[in-house]
Amino acid sequence: MSLGLVIVQTLNGLQLGVLLFLIAAGLTLTFGVMNFVNLAHGVQYMVGAYLAAMFAAWTGGFWGSLALTLPAALAFGLALEVLIFRRLYDRDHLSQILATFGIILFLNQAVKTIWGAAPLSVPVPASLSGSIVLMPGLLFPVYRLALIGAGLATALALYLFITHTRVGMLVRAGSTNAPMVSALGVNIRRLFMLVFGFGAMLAGFAGALVAPILSVEPGMGDNLLILAFVVIVIGGIGSIRGAFIAALMVGLIDTLGRAFGPQLLRLALSPSAASQTGRALAPMLIYILMAAVLFERPAGLFPVRR
Amino acid sequence: MKPGLILLAGLTALAAAAQSAAAEDKVKVGLIATLSGPAAVLGEQVRDGFNLAVKTLGGKLGGLDAEVIVVDDQLKPDVAVSKVKGLIERDKVDFVVGPVFSNILMAIHKPVVESNTFLISPNAGTSSFAGKECNPDFFVTSYENDQVHEVLGKYAQDKGYKSAFLMAPNYQAGKDALAGFKHEFKGEIVDEVYTPLGQLDFSAELAKIAADKPNAFFTFMPGGMGVNLVKQYRQAGLASIPFLSAFTADESTLPAEKDAALGFLGGADWAPDMDNPQSKAFVKAYEAAYGSVPGSYAMQAYDAAMLIDSAIKDAGGKLSDKDALREGLKKANFTSLRGKFKFGVNNYPVQDFYLVKAAKRPDGKYETEIVQRVFTDYGDSYAKDCHMK
Repeated sequence: MSLGLVIVQTLNGLQLGVLLFLIAAGLTLTFGVMNFVNLAHGVQYMVGAYLAAMFAAWTGGFWGSLALTLPAALAFGLALEVLIFRRLYDRDHLSQILATFGIILFLNQAVKTIWGAAPLSVPVPASLSGSIVLMPGLLFPVYRLALIGAGLATALALYLFITHTRVGMLVRAGSTNAPMVSALGVNIRRLFMLVFGFGAMLAGFAGALVAPILSVEPGMGDNLLILAFVVIVIGGIGSIRGAFIAALMVGLIDTLGRAFGPQLLRLALSPSAASQTGRALAPMLIYILMAAVLFERPAGLFPVRR
Repeated sequence: MKPGLILLAGLTALAAAAQSAAAEDKVKVGLIATLSGPAAVLGEQVRDGFNLAVKTLGGKLGGLDAEVIVVDDQLKPDVAVSKVKGLIERDKVDFVVGPVFSNILMAIHKPVVESNTFLISPNAGTSSFAGKECNPDFFVTSYENDQVHEVLGKYAQDKGYKSAFLMAPNYQAGKDALAGFKHEFKGEIVDEVYTPLGQLDFSAELAKIAADKPNAFFTFMPGGMGVNLVKQYRQAGLASIPFLSAFTADESTLPAEKDAALGFLGGADWAPDMDNPQSKAFVKAYEAAYGSVPGSYAMQAYDAAMLIDSAIKDAGGKLSDKDALREGLKKANFTSLRGKFKFGVNNYPVQDFYLVKAAKRPDGKYETEIVQRVFTDYGDSYAKDCHMK
């Protein structure tokens, strides 16, 4: 186990972490501020990736595509809010889950009808297409480093926005006590709409960012949605800071567990038993982490004070 | 009664009579394939390949007017069984063609063959029905599942690779794939990695491959997983390690993988550049009709239609004579797109297998191309347990 391999795997974990954060940020805000369970958040990520693929084909480049995807994802989120979600805020969680699950089925089928079932792809931007050598024999794509940078920058911007602006203050207040904010004369519905649209844009942004390295296909958001829920539960529902820390934890533990778990087990077990146990254990690690965190802190790492 | 009404009634009766006359010499085929979800692209190839064959034959199979009823199994065994029962009991089909996936085949095999309907699989070829449980009414126009992986194992062995790194999704087909490879490859297995089904980012595994420095890398990653793996493998600069795979860089995924897959190797029973006139005509017609390059899925479905055509002709167009039809199917007296084709005792093909390579055509489309023949007249290893003649 060389130092180079450890560094590479840590970067891989960070990259998964920031991706999860971009998705979980919107999810934790809608869940925390609006008390709204949005299972359709994963398909918004998928729609972002599809939009990026479509715009990349139109404009012929990544940057033009990104510039068009962000407003399109925002518009798409707002349209969903106005058409559907607005009617669900006052319903109980079961209705919200049913309705948003229906949206998953609908949109997964819709992208297939529009763009076909075959996976699509987006070219890596030329300026970020190189790679650097972190360990012998392995190139680490510059694009993945840029992805980590973009994710961290977004996290910082979001943190400043939430803690240092008036809208951010209202969002924090809304997540603590929405009826009180409303009673103080703030148009809480419009705030909800903004939060929702913004969350959808972040998910779409994540989709556009991964489009050059992952295949764009129907159902691509479903697996990540589960991880994003794990992240917001670990981080504490409604907390951006919690989502950030938890996303990095989940990303690192998942990646490092897969990469080094079998080797660590080999110290105690025979090689074949170690690889078998490691294989079974690696996908479980993040759920074990979640159980452990919830055992110690039932409201997550950074619970929002109510 | 008004004269107009009488005329109308007469016409209706006439039309009904004409219809029932037509029904007697019409062949009904039920086609079951996965047409929804991410795997739909494979099912679409099967459907389009079969329909293209029927169209080429002038809408007929064996000289009889053909009706093809297409149903979607949704990649769910329980759904597949109820759809297949509908085809047999309600639509009274003469042949069932399908499915794409092995787990669906396991589910529909029994209900179809027990109803004395012929089942022709254009893709799935599980070992389970190749050996002891072979059935005279079940035919496969693709291959036994292990064979494509054996092609790559044999190639790696012949090439003298000392070590290989194996990776597959953690489910039955993934384990079978690695077993098939290891059946032929006798070198050192550096590591065998099983990833969760549906994993999209392989960066952790790729770093491990780079650290282990194997002579070759073998994988089985169908669909979107394959697209991701191929792109990331290329981006990680690992392409100097030979990439051997099955169903990972083929016509269903190449449109998304593009240049990233160029030069990656696979095993197959056919490729779109196969050098014979019928195959060239097929590829041209398929591209004109559906706008994409056909893969082996489409080819095998096309051959399934041609097989049915030849069997009905052999039986003199009598659909009720099941024995004659069965004999006709077994003879496989048709011109296969892959050149020669015959059935072994277990009704699985005995055919040639090739090493194929992902390539870009002059017109900018991507396809697999034949590099070399790896097996000649190759039957599967389960046929010896089959007691049919």
